[in-house]
Amino acid sequence: MVNRYSRACHSSTDFLQIPTRFFFAAGEIITKHRRKIVSLTSLVFVKQVPDTKNVTGDAMRPDGTVNRGALAAIFNPEDLNALELALDLRERYGGRVVVCTMGPPAAAAVLRHSLYMGADEAILLTDRSFAGADTLATSYALSCAARKLGDYDLVLCGRQAIDGDTAQVGPQVAEKLEIPQVTYAEKVIEIKDGIATVRNLIDGGHEIVKTPLPALLTAVSSANEPRPAGARRLMRYKKAMTRTELLAKHAGKTYEDSNELAVEEEKLRERGLWIHEWSAADVGADPQRIGFAGSPTKVKKIENVVLAAGQFKDIPLTEEGIDALAKELIEDNVFV
Amino acid sequence: MADNFFLDNKDLQFTLTNVDIEDVVRLREEGYSQVADFAEAPEDYADAKDSYAQVMKMLGGICAEFIHPRSRDVDAEGATLTDGVVCYAKGTEENLDILAKAELLGVTLPRKYGGLNMPTTLYTMMMEMVSRADASLQNLVGLQDIGETIYRFGNDEQREKYLPRFTTGEVDGAMVLTEPEAGSDLQSVQLKATQDPETGKWKLNGMKRFITNGCAKVHLVLARSEEGTKDGRGLSMFVCESGPNLKVRRIEEKLGIHGSPTCELQYNDVEAELVGSRRRGLTRYVMSLMNGARVAISSQAVGIAEAAYRAARDYAAAREQFGATIENFPAVYEMLINSKVNISAARTLLYETTKYVDLRDVYEHLVEHGDGEEVTKEDKAKSKLYTKIAAVLTPLSKALSTEMANKVSYDSLQIHGGTGYMKDFNIERYCRDARITNIYEGTTQLQHVAAIGGVTQRVLEPLMEELSQLPYHGKLRRLANSVDGARQKLNSAIKSALEREDNEYLNLMTRRLCAAETVVFVSYLMLRDALKDPEREVLVERYVLDNVPVAELDCEVVMSGELSVIDERDKILAM
Repeated sequence: MVNRYSRACHSSTDFLQIPTRFFFAAGEIITKHRRKIVSLTSLVFVKQVPDTKNVTGDAMRPDGTVNRGALAAIFNPEDLNALELALDLRERYGGRVVVCTMGPPAAAAVLRHSLYMGADEAILLTDRSFAGADTLATSYALSCAARKLGDYDLVLCGRQAIDGDTAQVGPQVAEKLEIPQVTYAEKVIEIKDGIATVRNLIDGGHEIVKTPLPALLTAVSSANEPRPAGARRLMRYKKAMTRTELLAKHAGKTYEDSNELAVEEEKLRERGLWIHEWSAADVGADPQRIGFAGSPTKVKKIENVVLAAGQFKDIPLTEEGIDALAKELIEDNVFV
Repeated sequence: MADNFFLDNKDLQFTLTNVDIEDVVRLREEGYSQVADFAEAPEDYADAKDSYAQVMKMLGGICAEFIHPRSRDVDAEGATLTDGVVCYAKGTEENLDILAKAELLGVTLPRKYGGLNMPTTLYTMMMEMVSRADASLQNLVGLQDIGETIYRFGNDEQREKYLPRFTTGEVDGAMVLTEPEAGSDLQSVQLKATQDPETGKWKLNGMKRFITNGCAKVHLVLARSEEGTKDGRGLSMFVCESGPNLKVRRIEEKLGIHGSPTCELQYNDVEAELVGSRRRGLTRYVMSLMNGARVAISSQAVGIAEAAYRAARDYAAAREQFGATIENFPAVYEMLINSKVNISAARTLLYETTKYVDLRDVYEHLVEHGDGEEVTKEDKAKSKLYTKIAAVLTPLSKALSTEMANKVSYDSLQIHGGTGYMKDFNIERYCRDARITNIYEGTTQLQHVAAIGGVTQRVLEPLMEELSQLPYHGKLRRLANSVDGARQKLNSAIKSALEREDNEYLNLMTRRLCAAETVVFVSYLMLRDALKDPEREVLVERYVLDNVPVAELDCEVVMSGELSVIDERDKILAM
């Protein structure tokens, strides 16, 4: 199976055994999905995260979870790289870019920013029952959204989010969708005959892999310089809103007792200013597999680890010193 | 919070919130009817202001996080010329690229050409932030004025041909006026435009010098179209594109703004199109283009000053001498305070100027293109009035901003001490970059010449009268009284200078009269602003206490009629 896809390794550390970071899903799935790309539909999963680079004193709750209210909410940085990859592909091959995030209603902010950058459509996956999700439940919910969208050729995510640093969601979504994945992607070199040639980052270098589409890529920060918001797009899409936001704007009114909301929704839709809002039921998610209920991960305890000075060791910068250090590291199983 | 040159600048935010451009925006947006064709057009004034603020915030982020970090390398690398081809510094290329992606080229142009239809006031604020990040970039981005001039004076065909390419960043512009023998005196431009009698096509031949971004793809050229003429009335404006017949002969090595290439150009039978009508090149079009550029340079100066002041403030807060950080020494903090106050003063005048520039433009457009019956007498009167006010404020603002920028960067380097003289810090660059601002687009001395007519005709007097009548109380009342007093003195000084009927004396006193006019007008503006935000009381207090006495002294000198500078000139200079 693997032999059908050529691989080239351009690593500065070719002599090392480098574990490959891409996997192929079962053969029949690939065959089923393979088609010629004329115009590409990219689905980009993004996340609103607390700005962990600028942490204040009350950033953590006593129970060890993040106090999101105390930190500014920002666009997860590597998701911007994923979106830039998708926008670049659209410029090269045509098609559309759909952005989706799972989060509370306020997460619509990152969707609007995606529209400012150039995304064509935005979906907010929001439902109280999604709350408390770990990576397993999150990736399940996202995969349900992808299945509902259906016609994607590429799914793109940032490598990892700066609040959890797990880098698990992207790969888990690919597994659940049963599509191949290329993690640590830096560049899509070419898409031809349903095959994407991708350069991805590996320890000490990069490799070039081919994958059939649809496939999932996770993007790293070295992939590109994400484009800024466009001023014209900003002025246009600042008015884009979700159903929840429309209801909030007309506080007290409902669709049932007022025609006004439906009329305004129609107007927003016509102008491309409607951010779709999908609930757990909308994407057909199994209630047992989402949110807190679907999350086996529980935070048991958070420890503040302070490295004491005693844990440092001066290594003389001589051959003997380095030799001794290497031996010690091998004995401690740091080097294998 | 991430760095942002808009969000970290309270004064600029105050300005955007409070600048009254409601009339301007309504007229530009044709009564907010554009929203039917363009989803990005505002629905009302509040919507427009909100969009402006969001765009400023977006650009503020780009300036702080992208452009500013590249500015040192841009300065060190500079633009270069190899085999007749000009190359920008790498950072400059990247900066222009990100601004194009951010859809910020051609912001004042109409939407149908891909512009954002923004008022000059907003464009100027953007240029101020860009200049704070990298002054030399402003020279290139500011050449959007070329597109604006084509829009205003070109024909429909020319608009269609050039404007959409400007807004996407596909082409850039150069304003090609200066020649070796025609600098401040543009009437003596020699570059020849000849028309083929059969085809009607124009060709340009000759030399141009000191042309900012002379490597641009689109040139607006001032050329002599009327053979045998010697003055400004024989000059016309042409638009042409770069090509093999248009050669960049050399680029200048300059003191500052290294990112912006200053070119010497050779035109050999370059095909060109006439813009507007013949003979109006200098008298109408270049004056308009130049006035636009003067406002842009004022913003460049304010931006550089802001950067210099902040560098000095940060340095003073970190540098310890004699057991304390130097910001605690009166001699140092006085310089910092003066810088802060003078930047705020120049900014207040700048955006009052752009407000009137915007008003002039929208009313001029209304009178020239509006439906005959819809244009009222009042509209026509407003158009005339705003033209007059803008004509006096533009040079006064440029003189104030650019001299201020030099003083602020000078003091800011002083605060850095010996370290500031070295290339290790940005401050020496700010000094170098600031130094051109009070020279190009007309020296300060020429700004005074441009303003003195309006000053002696008391064009700003009704505005000052209105501002003096605002409900000031307490400290502001006392300060306003002192400004009122200075205004009276200024009126007397002008009267006495005019009564002498001595042109040389009036020319000599022009600097002092313009300076006094500026102090009085700016004082009123700052008093008005302090009414809107009590926090600003301290700014106007410092400004009035420091500057009104100087203005009064200037008035006294004017009234003295003392002639030694004129009479003893030869004697003194021969010593």
